[in-house]
Amino acid sequence: MDFFNIENVSKSFSKHQALTDVSINIKQGQVFGLLGPNGAGKTTLIRIINQITAPDTGKVYFEGRPLRPNDIHQIGYLPEERGLYKKMKVGEQALYLAQLKGLSRRDALKKLKYWFEKFEIQAWWDKKLMELSKGMQQKVQFICTVLHEPKLLIFDEPFSGFDPINANLLKHEILKLRDDGATIIFSTHNMGSVEETCDHIALIHKSKKILDGNIFDVKEKHKTNTYDVVYKGEFEALQRNLGAEYEIITHNESERVNELTMKYLNSDSHNDLLMKIAKNAQVVSYSERIPSMNEVFIQEVESNNLKP
Amino acid sequence: MNKTWIIFKREYLTRVKKKSFLLLTLLTPLLFAGIMFLPAYLANRESQEEHKVAVLDRSALFLGELNDSKSTNFHFIQQEEFDDVKDNLKDNEYYALLEIPENIISANRVIVYSHKQINLDVKNHIDDELEGNLENKKRTELIERVGVPDLEEQLNNTRTSISVETIKLTEDGKGKKGSTEIAMGIGFAAGFLIYMFVFIYGSMVMRGVTEEKQNRIVEIIISSAKPIQLMMGKIIGLAAVGLTQFLIWVILMGGIFIGAKSMFIDEDAMQQMAQSQSVMMSNNEATAQIMENIEPDKIQQFYEQIQGINFTQIIFLFLVYFLLGYLLYSSLMAAVASAVDSEEDMNQFMIPITVPLIAAIIILTNVIKNPEGSLAFWASHIPFTSPIIMMVRIPFGVPWYEILISIAILAASTFGAIWMAAKIYRTGILMYGKKPSWKELGKWLTYKS
Repeated sequence: MDFFNIENVSKSFSKHQALTDVSINIKQGQVFGLLGPNGAGKTTLIRIINQITAPDTGKVYFEGRPLRPNDIHQIGYLPEERGLYKKMKVGEQALYLAQLKGLSRRDALKKLKYWFEKFEIQAWWDKKLMELSKGMQQKVQFICTVLHEPKLLIFDEPFSGFDPINANLLKHEILKLRDDGATIIFSTHNMGSVEETCDHIALIHKSKKILDGNIFDVKEKHKTNTYDVVYKGEFEALQRNLGAEYEIITHNESERVNELTMKYLNSDSHNDLLMKIAKNAQVVSYSERIPSMNEVFIQEVESNNLKP
Repeated sequence: MNKTWIIFKREYLTRVKKKSFLLLTLLTPLLFAGIMFLPAYLANRESQEEHKVAVLDRSALFLGELNDSKSTNFHFIQQEEFDDVKDNLKDNEYYALLEIPENIISANRVIVYSHKQINLDVKNHIDDELEGNLENKKRTELIERVGVPDLEEQLNNTRTSISVETIKLTEDGKGKKGSTEIAMGIGFAAGFLIYMFVFIYGSMVMRGVTEEKQNRIVEIIISSAKPIQLMMGKIIGLAAVGLTQFLIWVILMGGIFIGAKSMFIDEDAMQQMAQSQSVMMSNNEATAQIMENIEPDKIQQFYEQIQGINFTQIIFLFLVYFLLGYLLYSSLMAAVASAVDSEEDMNQFMIPITVPLIAAIIILTNVIKNPEGSLAFWASHIPFTSPIIMMVRIPFGVPWYEILISIAILAASTFGAIWMAAKIYRTGILMYGKKPSWKELGKWLTYKS
């Protein structure tokens, strides 16, 4: 059973089509990357999950049954454009938001104490939010998002505004939440962090889902059979062995080793290629180029832009 | 726990706990009382001081004829002393120097020298004394000349003074003392207070919504609560702040009123007045007699008339009209604030909303002069002006069915405004970047949630 299902959801705002027939399945315990250029419809999709807006058509299921208003207590959402009351004290503010998520005052206090100790920010409790730096405010927001121990967490660009140390701390906490059983939807443009954290991604472009799958499968699907080989030996002999089944992209000869980047046109098995090279040359290193998520993203979006 | 309640609590507590709120709430009535009573108090003190006025009477008509008052003592001087007194006014015992010319009867004018600008009390007293004296002298002379012995008496009889005492008849036929001036005062105060409350608290709602939108906290909150809960929690929370302030004011003003009463009026007079009032109820003829004997002074009369006003009704209706008027305007303001990003864009939408409010204040001055006119009637039924205008009319007495109809229209409009505002707010609060048109706001009304 899927944890969260979005089935054939469409949504439009007067003339603007925000989502067209989008379906997504999220499994329990996944870190699900929701990717897409600006204005693709990610925020609308997240708002539908949060029940801020309702889809025009299509269905949304939570734990196998249609999403209900009370399910918002099971969801924690950290929006991209986020803020808190500037003149309110940090502690009061966190208590307020926790109570809005359905926690009792006493539970909220207990949990806040735990998190404030964990982040070592007890001293901020009576400070006004405006006295904190932006990174500090983000920490408070993160706590407010996860405090009610939601089953589903949605982070929209969570690392923006964090210094590398705090971003790392945050990443660590997010993965820990996953280990504790939470499911996470992760929306970002930072493809590096997608590769580090996500198990599964969906790419939305111009209101449509254009790519969906396990992160390994997606990359695998986008590889171009390009290989980087470093070897010792003669280039001509190597060329002869490979025959017409390759296309050389670059070749650099130096005193000790030669570096070759090539595309193998017979894509059956790369073990064959390795054996052919090894016949006449001594292989120093041999690797297949796996596209980064960044490349996948750009490739997919650009190829889709060409479509009418 | 209900989320509207949680939001309500935050809105209420954060504002009521503010120092500026406490200060403003506690100081306003004191300031008001100060403005009301300080001049009276000072005038009272001033008049206890004695002012010695030197008089040089060249006409020789007034020696020994001028009466002293509490604040003014006349002291006649001789011609020889005149220059000395006049030159040393700054340092000598005299407050002023009055010079009466020989030809006072024909010239009708005297000169008062003083070092400082002389105060009104002294000036009035000099004026009164000279006028009274001269009038008497002229009259005696005239009576002697024409030879009609009882002319004095006859002339006195022609003097007429009518005191217009207004008695409002209540349903059960009992009379109540009323005063047009006091009804005007209370009507004006009530109408203006509603205007102020609606304006101040309406703009607080507006600023609150703008703050939430600009801070981007709104997205966090509406992933926990519905937009309508956020909007209503805020609006009702601020209404409660307004009511708290009003309540504190009523209590403080009541305290000041009672305190001032005991300061200005002695107990005996109050008792006499109570007696006269009870007599008046049973026998109107006799009352006139008694009233003449007592001659209540102005302040007593004021208190008496104020007691004739139904404050319970006025306060109750004030609360009803304040709440409905506030809900009507603040929900519209919340809708507008939700739709725009910046303060500058706000004006385009705020003007149409504030125009009727300001129009009501302009109409108010007209209505207060003619509370039964057709302008008053219509303005107290149109929902955008009725909270202010009806409150102006109520102290003058308005038939209960008119009040009921006016409240019904206002309540229905308020309900409609809240419904509309909720729809616009829901969409507007999440819209960033572009300034919407009126047409677009209209479209939002039809959006599905």
